[in-house]
Amino acid sequence: MSSHYEAPIREPLILGKKSYHDITEDIAKPIEGKANKNWYIAFYIALAAMLWGFGCIFYTVGTGIGTWGLNKNIQWAWDITNFVWWVGIGHAGTLISAVLLLFRQKWRMAINRSAEAMTIFAVFQAGLFPIIHMGRPWDGYWVLPTPNQYGSLWVNFNSPLLWDVFAISTYLSVSLVFWWTGLLPDFAMIRDRAVKPFQKKIYSLLSFGWSGRAKDWQRFEEVSLVLAGLATPLVLSVHTIVSMDFATSINPGWHSTIFPPYFVAGAIFSGFAMVQTLLGIMRKVTNLENYITRLHIEYMNIVIILTGGIVAIAYASEFFIAWYTASPYENYTYLSVGAATGPYAWAFYSLIFFNILTPQLLWFKKVRTSFIWSFIISIAINIGMWFERFDIIAIVLSKGHLPSTWWRFEPTFVDVGIFIGTIGFFFVLFLLYARTFPVIAQAEVKTILKSSGESYKKLRDGNHE
Amino acid sequence: MSNKVIHAFYTDDDVLMDAVKKVKSENHHIEEVFCPFPVHGLDKAMGLAPTRLAITAFMYGVLGLCFSIWMTKYMMIQDWPQDIGGKPSFNWWSNMLAFVPILFELTVFFAAHLMVITFYMRSRIWPFKDAENPDPRTTDDHFLMEIPVHNNEEELTALLKESGAVEINIVEKH
Repeated sequence: MSSHYEAPIREPLILGKKSYHDITEDIAKPIEGKANKNWYIAFYIALAAMLWGFGCIFYTVGTGIGTWGLNKNIQWAWDITNFVWWVGIGHAGTLISAVLLLFRQKWRMAINRSAEAMTIFAVFQAGLFPIIHMGRPWDGYWVLPTPNQYGSLWVNFNSPLLWDVFAISTYLSVSLVFWWTGLLPDFAMIRDRAVKPFQKKIYSLLSFGWSGRAKDWQRFEEVSLVLAGLATPLVLSVHTIVSMDFATSINPGWHSTIFPPYFVAGAIFSGFAMVQTLLGIMRKVTNLENYITRLHIEYMNIVIILTGGIVAIAYASEFFIAWYTASPYENYTYLSVGAATGPYAWAFYSLIFFNILTPQLLWFKKVRTSFIWSFIISIAINIGMWFERFDIIAIVLSKGHLPSTWWRFEPTFVDVGIFIGTIGFFFVLFLLYARTFPVIAQAEVKTILKSSGESYKKLRDGNHE
Repeated sequence: MSNKVIHAFYTDDDVLMDAVKKVKSENHHIEEVFCPFPVHGLDKAMGLAPTRLAITAFMYGVLGLCFSIWMTKYMMIQDWPQDIGGKPSFNWWSNMLAFVPILFELTVFFAAHLMVITFYMRSRIWPFKDAENPDPRTTDDHFLMEIPVHNNEEELTALLKESGAVEINIVEKH
């Protein structure tokens, strides 16, 4: 059929000889089957980390923020580092599902579901930190525009911190409905296959009674397109606003107009690295190697090189400007000669090594098409991007305008515990998701089977390799 | 009055498209087509009107923008004006630059959520709603065309068989 034509030069996105029914079977298998031993091992490790983190959170709330390593100079450190790190990770999900939809990139279909799940779970973790840092989380609703009891003093709409509240809540809720709307047909598929009554009931509830009428599909596609159009500027706005938490302050090193684009690029960079980490494992565990192929990994690596390049240029310009101003204050910013030779030199060089040098390996086709290398580099980038936020916050705050106040930050076990706890919580959610949700948008993948399926392509193009 | 309908099953989207065009050209009414995935051009072939959800999204966005303008004006300028970092609080317009992120976020918030709620209401999908696809295979790999019967069963059956239907059932619709 000519309507399914795709240039022969494009490599297939679905490997093997698949029919529509095979796709259903492959996607439903991890849900209908039993979890293997590796899943349980991973789950219990994540659960233990999560519980440890919850313990540390209770300790913090019960005793106070003094349990953290903060001091009068460094008033926020790991909490805001982790917050920005997790929000940044979330960005890849929206980029894949929204921006790549607008660009009509078919390869997003195999990975958008998991990337969006990652977004939502990561934003959960991010949201925890500001709430715990309030010290009295039960008063957290004060960030909402409600009048207080002393008269009607409202929240301050001039503050980037409040912009953040609006940006993050809009981002989380819009991502959630985008994800769920896409899930409806796939839940319906699981529902219609389910044999156990309880399972049928649950998936029936989750699928909202999706029936797949022609009119529903017409609306579904329109809604997906409009949501993608709305989510694209939204995702750019979220990290822009996160960067303004710093950029609108008057601290040297933070007061920087390059922050918004640089933070957005960094967010996408780290987010793709996390998608790479998760999918590298998931395609093996769930036997979905025919859908999440080497080509998908390579495409993601290309996005990583691009966004990593933007980040590297931003670092270079920050470093240059810090030196060029010849201002003594600029010499203590996170990218400066002062930082490279000062007490935080180890953090400075970790940032350069993990974030700038390591990703350059992806220029080699052998590396970026290798699963194991992609996995290792993705872990390096995750670490590097955490250091970026830590450097921006801790190094800049450690040396203020008044040398007698110079101090350093040392995390306590509570700081570390809460961070590890959020990683555990994230993986608990992701592992449960991988067992109960259709991890690939099967309805969408079916639409590209004839154009991008290996067997169909061969049939159409002849058997040239 | 009989409520008989024909359920014709197809297993291929291209065959289905040709069948829909054929049935339409013979001037039969297609009540519904159930699909496991969106088939490009099916709505046009069936003669469905284009959806207006994108237009509603625009209107909801305008509503969100108006709401956020009212909210920032009421809270920051009228009810309790404050001098924050020397930013002007005499009138909304001078302070507006600091509100741009809020205006943007609420515009998106209203447009996205109200559009999705409208979609759910119009397509009648919500939690605890029972599915209405007549056959469970239509979420897997089968396409189902539903055509009302008016004492023309033989004619329709022959037509559908010729169009490539793999299974044809005549059922009483409740």
